[in-house]
Amino acid sequence: MSAVVDSAAVAALRRIGAMTLFLGQVLARVIPAFAKPGLIVKQIYNAGARSLVIIMLSGLFVGMVLGLLGFDTLQRFGSEDSLGVLAALGMLKVLGPVLTALLFAGRAGTSLTSEIGLMKSTDQLTAMQMMAVDPLRYVVAPRFLGGIIAMPLLAATFSVVGLFGAQLIGVQQMGVDAGAFWSQTQNAVDLHDVNEGIVKSLVFGIACSLIAVFEGYQCEPTPEGVGLATTRTVVTSSVMVLLLNYLLTAAFLTRS
Amino acid sequence: MRYVVGGRAIFDGLNLTARRGRITAFMGPSGTGKTTLLRLITGQAYAERGSVRVFGDEVRAMSGKQLFALRQRMGMLFQNGALLTDEDVYENVAFPVRAHTRLSEPLIRQLVLTKLHAVGLRGAARLMPAELSGGMQRRVALARAIVMDPDILIYDEPFVGLDPISMGVICRLIKQMNEALGITSIVVSHDVHELSTIAHDSFLLSSGKVVASGTPAELHASKLEEVRQFMGGLADGPVPFHYPAPDYFKQLLEVES
Repeated sequence: MSAVVDSAAVAALRRIGAMTLFLGQVLARVIPAFAKPGLIVKQIYNAGARSLVIIMLSGLFVGMVLGLLGFDTLQRFGSEDSLGVLAALGMLKVLGPVLTALLFAGRAGTSLTSEIGLMKSTDQLTAMQMMAVDPLRYVVAPRFLGGIIAMPLLAATFSVVGLFGAQLIGVQQMGVDAGAFWSQTQNAVDLHDVNEGIVKSLVFGIACSLIAVFEGYQCEPTPEGVGLATTRTVVTSSVMVLLLNYLLTAAFLTRS
Repeated sequence: MRYVVGGRAIFDGLNLTARRGRITAFMGPSGTGKTTLLRLITGQAYAERGSVRVFGDEVRAMSGKQLFALRQRMGMLFQNGALLTDEDVYENVAFPVRAHTRLSEPLIRQLVLTKLHAVGLRGAARLMPAELSGGMQRRVALARAIVMDPDILIYDEPFVGLDPISMGVICRLIKQMNEALGITSIVVSHDVHELSTIAHDSFLLSSGKVVASGTPAELHASKLEEVRQFMGGLADGPVPFHYPAPDYFKQLLEVES
């Protein structure tokens, strides 16, 4: 049993080490990658614009649930006018960045892993090396950057649509006063809260994009290997996002 | 040269030379390390002992930059074409040009169309790789391999899975590239008949060594058993038909009991 735990721990450490080295290699190619901005823009479109519908729909439904549950809880204390504050802070600080990152891992992350994995299994990456073209610079770095740039934009979209959803339920359906909803939100929400959301979504963007491109680049070049790598992307990204969310939330609370 | 993977020697005492301006064929049964040999020539893997030299320079001693400079003088045709699946035919052929030069768009267009015309696929410039047959994909890959005017062209199993017409087309193109452009060509394959029609020199590899070399005609005339088995396509011989297994009847009786 102990040997099994040991070997699992060694394998996990080896993987973390490999990912750190890989991150170093990718970071060294981030500046050169800007020489071909078209490649980055294409990846922002793939990771960002193509995820927009699922992000907006999810944001709307999450906001609507938040409106219902928030109204139900707050009215017990006679403070249903604070629904806007609850929804805005919840969306900006936690739900927006976290759920966007989880959705990103499921949609864009898996797509990045399987795309790079298939390029590897069909010799496209080797072909690039044979054409004296560095695949880390032309394939990996633009996708990594595209994910990092797209994530905060998607999280912001999620939060805005979510707040609209909460307002739709709270104000339009439950009868919370619109003036109170928006004015209390405006008074209670600080720039500091917005920054927390931005920082979180940036960190999640780095984590999810790194895991996705790493898994794709390092996968076994077989159909089974690509499938396993895609699964690992979702599992690792999801756990990592939740862990990082706890650490960042604790760090921001300690600071304030 | 000696090359080992996972404790198993793929090559041990391998010694061969592909001469400038000629078509050299590396032949041998599946699993003899023909593709591995290409990886050693192109610096994707390194020999454990001995030397691999291209244009007189030791591949192992090259820095990353020198290796990339060497690869710019090489073109490689992969078994499956290895075309970029999210780009059309035109962009696939233009890819190395865009990556390595700052040529204007009209010049790139001239270059790409010239190479596509050479492989007979100028009309397919705007098709995606998924819309092409296997043979056409390999012709596009060939156009991409020659677009930077390399000194060496390496073909990895160029005839696998092709119909006789496509096979004939690829054969003719390999010969044309060599004759018209003077490109040194290295072809790895086990298609004896096709190679015999185009190769100037042939090497037959088996068990990590060169078991025979010479012109295709000389190999056909060889009395060596290994050569006769391979050139004649005989099922049994020095390369056994059966994978090592326990006694046949004993094993059958074990099942019954």
